[in-house]
Amino acid sequence: MTDQLLGSAAAPPTEAAAEEAWRRVQLARHPQRPRTLDLVALMFEGFFELHGDRVYGDDAAIVGGPALLDGRAVMVIGHQKGTDTDSNIHRNFGSPHPEGFRKAQRLMRLADKLGLPIITFLDTAGAFPGPAAEERGQAEAIASSIKLMTGIQVPIIVVVLGEGGSGGALAIGVGDVVIALENSVYSVISPEGASSILWRSKDEARTAAAAMRMTAHDQADLGVVDVVVPEPGDGAHTDAAATASALKTAILTALRGLAGRDTPELLATRYARIRGMGAYLETGAGPSRPAELPSLRRRIGRILRLPSVPRRPRWSEIWPSDDGDDESERGA
Amino acid sequence: MPIKFPFSRRAAPSDAWTKCPSCDAQVFNRQLERSLRVCPSCGHHFRMSVGERIDLLLDANTFEERDAGLEAVDRLGFHDDKPYPHRLEASRLKTGLRDAVVWGIGAVDGQRVAIGIFDFRFMGGSMGAVVGEKLARCLETALVERIPAIIVSASGGARMQEGTLSLMQLAKTTAPLVRLDDSGVPFIAILTDPTTGGVLASFASLGDVILAEPKALIGFAGARVASDTVGEELPEGFQTAEFLLAHGFVDAVVPRAELRATLSRLLRLLPVAVAADERDDDERAWSPIGALSGLAERFGGAVSETIGIDVDSAAERNGGPRTADPAPAATTTPEDRA
Repeated sequence: MTDQLLGSAAAPPTEAAAEEAWRRVQLARHPQRPRTLDLVALMFEGFFELHGDRVYGDDAAIVGGPALLDGRAVMVIGHQKGTDTDSNIHRNFGSPHPEGFRKAQRLMRLADKLGLPIITFLDTAGAFPGPAAEERGQAEAIASSIKLMTGIQVPIIVVVLGEGGSGGALAIGVGDVVIALENSVYSVISPEGASSILWRSKDEARTAAAAMRMTAHDQADLGVVDVVVPEPGDGAHTDAAATASALKTAILTALRGLAGRDTPELLATRYARIRGMGAYLETGAGPSRPAELPSLRRRIGRILRLPSVPRRPRWSEIWPSDDGDDESERGA
Repeated sequence: MPIKFPFSRRAAPSDAWTKCPSCDAQVFNRQLERSLRVCPSCGHHFRMSVGERIDLLLDANTFEERDAGLEAVDRLGFHDDKPYPHRLEASRLKTGLRDAVVWGIGAVDGQRVAIGIFDFRFMGGSMGAVVGEKLARCLETALVERIPAIIVSASGGARMQEGTLSLMQLAKTTAPLVRLDDSGVPFIAILTDPTTGGVLASFASLGDVILAEPKALIGFAGARVASDTVGEELPEGFQTAEFLLAHGFVDAVVPRAELRATLSRLLRLLPVAVAADERDDDERAWSPIGALSGLAERFGGAVSETIGIDVDSAAERNGGPRTADPAPAATTTPEDRA
């Protein structure tokens, strides 16, 4: 812990760590990895896909609808990648536009209205970043999805299937229990994106994957993921049925665990889970006050009552602008 | 970790000029300061530090900083070309700030508000756990004290050095907004240059009223990512405040000189709703809004009731083999401050 505070634990990831992280990223992106609709067909009965956001259109990158899980009605929502070039173009490689998130919101409201538990499946490289998505409010769609999920009054189980890609994943990823397949990954930005922004290179994606600690087990250590579900054989793509069976058990266990909570407790616990995310240090440092700035010029000026020295300095004097803005630091 | 304030530095050296990136005019720094950091010849809005924002928006001598002591922790042991703690320290020395957001209580024309303000100079205003925590506390305080909440954003997005924990700050800053809705407390978002990525994809897009400064860069994906994705040039004025206004995602584009007056006017037009317990009983019984407020009161009107939830035991009831570990032992969890 002290090491973390001092930063001496911060070291570039080892080659072995980079290899391991990258192996998981490749498995999470494996072209034969079972997708949302594959697993839904194996885990649920009677899935009825609902289409359209009732505002603009239907987004094939997000699918959803009611289904039966061991005879009980639930609402299923998930990202959907394709399996070949044609289906990937149709699905936009699983990267939703705003209408996808708005369809998801519509289905969540329906689930809320009828008291159906919600089960979401995360498998996207991220929300689509094109101009059409911006024009239709990509950021607003993600933000309002997150907000809706924090207040929805039915249990929400989140399952990370493959790639949990940043805001596009979190938009349907706020819940009471987060389950992750062993070889899934979850990150704030793709390793390629982190490589180009933080390492200023296209070749450091492996290093970035390790540094961001994006594997399911790492995410469990960080408290982002609650349950890691082992995958069969060499990965989920080798046995979709066994993967579905293991996931189904985990989902049922999670739902049973939530069954005893009344709505206020459910919401309060979800709120506490969200509120607890992220580490920070509470130092005893007091609030800044411009009046206490020990500037010699100011003290002398006050004593001499010079007109150019105001009685109380302004906040801009302790936190002034720089001469030039540093654009090198970027966020995701 | 001691913070060195740049005591000797002056806000705007009188002998320096700044070149306007928009019209190439050379602007005398002192003049720039007097004109609220707006270019006198073309109206370009330069970025403002958090101190300048406080002076711009709040009544003199009213701002009281809260939670000044929160400091970032390198939970991931993150290292790119230098360790994350070194980047933090460099930003602290450069700005005199502990992290990219300052929040506190102040007054706008005598109206008390809870306000959080980003400073882009601190690691690009990126949102990590400290920024998320401060903004969540800002919103929760607005809720408890029943005063309007204001957040002035200037951020590249989530702080990549904190991994998914920074992504989770999108949820942390958004969750309290549901409670503000339930309790009738207004939230005003002021978007300044730049507001992008995860900050726009959370609270910044969710203001009851959203104001933006002229020509501010506001968008979800970086323009380069967007142009790479579509492989073509982006339209003129793409991802500006005016673009968002035209597409219905911002209520007004407000020049800086009018920002304070506009805010003051809005605060008068959008007062905090009368608290449910102060309402007439008949009204509460009959009006759907009253009934809803009653529910809100039960579900989460008071932060203190819910913040002390024992996450571990809750997760145990989940049946999950792992329990959430919200923060390392030496850091403060919400329970500690309840």
